[in-house]
Amino acid sequence: MVDLEYLKLSRGQKMVHRLMSYLKRLPGRIARGFLKMLNAIGLFFKHIVEEVRDVGQTFIQGDFKTRTSFFIMGFGSIARGQVFRGLLFFLFQVIFVLYMVFFGGYYLSKLDTLGTVETVKKGRVTVYGDNSFLILLYGILTVFFIIAFLYTWRVNVKQNKIGQKLQKEGKKLKSAKDDLAAFADHQFHKTLLALPTLGIFTFTIVPIIFMVLVAFTNYDYTHQPPGKLFTWVGLDNFYNMLGTGTANFGDTFRQVLFWTLVWAFFATFLNYFLGMMVAIMINKKGIKLKKMWRTILVMTIAIPQFVSLLYVSKMFAADGIINSYLMNWGWISKPLPFWTDGTWAKVTILVINIWIGIPYMMLIATGILMNIPADLYESARIDGANAVQTYAKITLPYMLFVTGPYLLTSFIGNINNFNVIYLLTGGRPLSLELAGNAGHTDLLITWLYKMTVNDTNYKMAAVIGIIVFVVTAVINLVVYNMIPSVKNEEDFQ
Amino acid sequence: MAKKNEIPEVDIIVDHEAGVIREVKSSKLRSQKAHERRVNRGIYILLTIISIVWLAPFVFLLLQSFRSYLTEDGGMVAYLIPKTFSLDNYIFLFEDGTYLRWYGNTLTIALFVAVIQTVIVLSVSYALSRMRFRGRKLLMNVILVLGMFPGFLTMIALYFLLKQLGLTQEGAIPGLILIYTASSGMGYYISKGFFDTIPKSLDESARIDGATRFYVFRRIIMPLSKPIVIYTILMAFMAPWGDYVFASYVAFGKSNSYNVAVGLYRWVNTQDYQGYFTRFCAGGVLVAIPITALFLMLQKYYVEGVTGGAVKG
Repeated sequence: MVDLEYLKLSRGQKMVHRLMSYLKRLPGRIARGFLKMLNAIGLFFKHIVEEVRDVGQTFIQGDFKTRTSFFIMGFGSIARGQVFRGLLFFLFQVIFVLYMVFFGGYYLSKLDTLGTVETVKKGRVTVYGDNSFLILLYGILTVFFIIAFLYTWRVNVKQNKIGQKLQKEGKKLKSAKDDLAAFADHQFHKTLLALPTLGIFTFTIVPIIFMVLVAFTNYDYTHQPPGKLFTWVGLDNFYNMLGTGTANFGDTFRQVLFWTLVWAFFATFLNYFLGMMVAIMINKKGIKLKKMWRTILVMTIAIPQFVSLLYVSKMFAADGIINSYLMNWGWISKPLPFWTDGTWAKVTILVINIWIGIPYMMLIATGILMNIPADLYESARIDGANAVQTYAKITLPYMLFVTGPYLLTSFIGNINNFNVIYLLTGGRPLSLELAGNAGHTDLLITWLYKMTVNDTNYKMAAVIGIIVFVVTAVINLVVYNMIPSVKNEEDFQ
Repeated sequence: MAKKNEIPEVDIIVDHEAGVIREVKSSKLRSQKAHERRVNRGIYILLTIISIVWLAPFVFLLLQSFRSYLTEDGGMVAYLIPKTFSLDNYIFLFEDGTYLRWYGNTLTIALFVAVIQTVIVLSVSYALSRMRFRGRKLLMNVILVLGMFPGFLTMIALYFLLKQLGLTQEGAIPGLILIYTASSGMGYYISKGFFDTIPKSLDESARIDGATRFYVFRRIIMPLSKPIVIYTILMAFMAPWGDYVFASYVAFGKSNSYNVAVGLYRWVNTQDYQGYFTRFCAGGVLVAIPITALFLMLQKYYVEGVTGGAVKG
């Protein structure tokens, strides 16, 4: 379709056309992405082959110092006068060997079964066997440690190659002082990132890999280390989570997922539009006390949510203030089921979430609205546009364009909005139709929490976690490509 | 109202589109002004209603915190305004000690987290914004992917990691500080966005003059980054006050290690919450006042942070 034809279409047709062309391009995109991935894997292997060849060449062409360094790390560096560097290499090798011999080797060897020796009770004495939990955890750490060792070894070999070459050319090698000084200058990023990446690695990457693997084991309350072992079960948990029938979580899962998406949709867009409206009202020319209105709204951001949400949750309780007053005034004869009826609870949560969410959007919208050139409005007014028209033709398109990424992160954030649900209802009311102790207002994330804390059903919690990840990733990928304001990072600077 | 008389008989409006000058009868203009006033009045009414709705729960909270648990009723009752205003709840909070302990715990955590997290976040965002090195894109992509996993997925693994280090139950305070700050490098987006807006030529000219990267970071970028530093500190300081999930899990069963959120949650939601409700209100007020004051004081920086973050994503 040519541009002119496209412009002739009505708004609805335009949207349909855009959607269709997106869908048409989708298979091609997926195929291209797939090819890209294959290509990357190919490159990766090619890279490894090159590395191995380089290592071999270094050995063949290497002198005595270089060759010894293949077995005693840092030897070459020390022999060439880079004592500090060499000692670090050597120290790392010593630690690695000791670790593998006394610690890592055991866990690594058990990783395929997650332990075979049961804990037994002999009379009063408990003889502990293997601990599946620790085997899995330290097994992962050991694998990473081996990768780190291989990498360091490779660096060590490369250092020798460079050192040998430089000495042959009669150039001076870098001293320890130079090395250290570099960390404040062109190696400064290493200094800055060392600690943060170590933290992310230990407290995010390792735990995530651990939990992802747990999804493929039978780790739950009947298989709790150290008393009991757990082991690999393949995809059983996923069948259990997605499958239908009374023995499986499938029906409950679909209901919870549905409500999660409905909740995220309404929570995001209600807050978005209402927040924008409030911002427009406050920003309107001629409205006084702008600062005061904003400050009042911002109170809900400032006050910690556990205070405000817990209190509001009690306000709406059966014996709470609202029901009490309504009954005192004779408007109702028995308490309104704000938290006890599934549908009531869902609506109440959405309404209260508006109370929590509008201020954020109001602040964001205020900043952006001020950036819209005032002459746009001026000329629209002169052309006779009314308030609704200027909103629909100027404000909204501009806002949507600029806040695209925010809408996306806010939607994802709402899928994982634990605080509002947990502090207000804790997922209740519970229902007999739902399995796994899920309640009517449970999101996937609160269900996951309950699985972990109340039911110690770790394997299923892990499965839910993976599903949430998949949902998030899919939404991100699809939407991110459709947002117009995603700019090239370098362009922006 | 006095202005009404100042409206001229005929008003002139330039119509850009048609390229002509039009005369508008003053009566039309007057009715426009009247319309404007009506709209504004409507907005004032709406804003007043909104303000009442927004403030009501906090006013209720404050009112109920003055109802004595000794002489009146500590539970949930059917009226708002206490029959006699008393400070019994507050006196209880200060004399009993457990609440002060929780408060102290939270304050300790918040202060440490504010400092450590700010250093980490600024380091990461500066490195990612200013320096180009091997693995930079990889690191950013890894962080992006990691961010898509729900935070509570790893709770149990984290708990056992901390347990191995002896940082649960009695050691929950350092344990929580560790958990809050360890992965905080992942939240670099907003401050990176800020650094991206500082012209790179500043760095470059300093580097040509022989300044090291560290010097540029410390002496040139940091002084320009006051708003984002304050924003980061504010966010880092406020977060621990509201955390219930990790705090309750890590401190499991040890009242001495609770933070205020966990402690007060127990007060409201355990069996005897009927008697502790007003004390929960008082405790909530004592948490809310300093945090709110701090927030309102630094509101400007917060607004800069969220708006920047929302636009750049």
